[in-house]
Amino acid sequence: MSFGPKAWIQQHWDARAALNFMLGGTGAGLLIAAALAYPTSRVPVLIGLGLIAAGLGAVWLEIGKKLRAVNVFFNPFTSWMTRESFAAVLVFALGCAALWRPQPFLPATAAAALAFVFCQGQILRASKGIPAWRAPQVVLLIVSTSLAEGAGLCLLFTTAPLALTWFGLALILRGFAWTRYAAAVRSPALVDPGKALLQIGTVGALAFGILGYWVQGAAELAGIAAIATGLWVKFAIVTRAALNQGFHLPRLPVRGAR
Amino acid sequence: MTKWAMIADLRRCVGCQTCTAACRHANVTPPGVQWRRVLDMEVGEYPDVRRAFVPVGCMHCDDPPCMHVCPSTATKKRADGIVIIDYDLCIGCAYCAVACPYQARYKSDEDTLRPNVATKCTFCVERIDTGLAKGLKPGVDPEATPACVNSCIANALHFGDVEDASSNISALLAENQHFRMHEELGTGPRFYYLWDKAS
Repeated sequence: MSFGPKAWIQQHWDARAALNFMLGGTGAGLLIAAALAYPTSRVPVLIGLGLIAAGLGAVWLEIGKKLRAVNVFFNPFTSWMTRESFAAVLVFALGCAALWRPQPFLPATAAAALAFVFCQGQILRASKGIPAWRAPQVVLLIVSTSLAEGAGLCLLFTTAPLALTWFGLALILRGFAWTRYAAAVRSPALVDPGKALLQIGTVGALAFGILGYWVQGAAELAGIAAIATGLWVKFAIVTRAALNQGFHLPRLPVRGAR
Repeated sequence: MTKWAMIADLRRCVGCQTCTAACRHANVTPPGVQWRRVLDMEVGEYPDVRRAFVPVGCMHCDDPPCMHVCPSTATKKRADGIVIIDYDLCIGCAYCAVACPYQARYKSDEDTLRPNVATKCTFCVERIDTGLAKGLKPGVDPEATPACVNSCIANALHFGDVEDASSNISALLAENQHFRMHEELGTGPRFYYLWDKAS
């Protein structure tokens, strides 16, 4: 490992941490999409909760002291990781209630899921040591990718007009969020995932989504494209674009002065 | 109110890494973990190339991002400004490590004293506390001064109370031009770099 002074990619959070953003975000997005477009079924709820649990399980594997994991709840005053944990507890409590009775608990679960992905965005933004994460635009990007991935996954269960409409809106929001983020964070590691997100995951997925009103299978393909490109972007942000701050001197020493 | 701070005189540092070795010896850090590092920085292009040796580590910031993000409240700031870690509370999530703009934090499973939790420079807080209890003055009396400062062969590192106008480091800051690393991030680091005499 290089110790600088040039920036190097952080080694503290690897694919396991990325999985929390990827799976957790998709699961939360699915709960939101299901509450809007498929509120009668318990299957998306179960899968959404499972994805969030898998993401949290992956990040649990990364922490150094696994048996002390409960300490994560100790700092709700300033830590977004603590707030994310509380939101996760709420999601699971309400989600279990929604499994028992989707109405009225599924909308409440969706609200908690939205809080969960908002916390995920803020976790990255508070990481002051990583310029690609601390950009304020990252919050909307993380939230919108979760919405789009969840809406895409929801299309595998239903291609009802409301599901397709929500999917389209989420894609447009994600495309907008990505454009803002990419303008602020110019990272070579994000060029390919960004292109894929815009071309395949947004334009292509929108086209196939519209086609889905008439052609069977097109909407599902659009959903898969949206999920895959969103996950790739999040993986790249956490593991590939995560250059740290590095060091630089605003002044050079004037030797021989004393 | 006492606020401990450190100074590195960039004109004097020769990059010998004795401070690094002294820190590792005093704090028993495992391989690959250097709470006090010295960067060898090359600036410019041939033929106008300059070289500087830059000691870095935890800056004990006034507004430490590592403390704010810590989910377990393991990272705390003492009244005297020293940022400490409660190793019994830390869960080793490394959120502090990605929040620190100075890459000052480590997590190592080879650390026999502090395995799999966040670690970093403590300004040798035990030496300071023990020295103060004996009536010694940190930054002046070696027994109460961080190991890296004591070991510096070039007298480039200094330690003291930045709030005390008569302290050694207050005098150095008044007599010299100085900067702090990544000041634009607003963390308020309490590690100053001297680069020229006062104009």
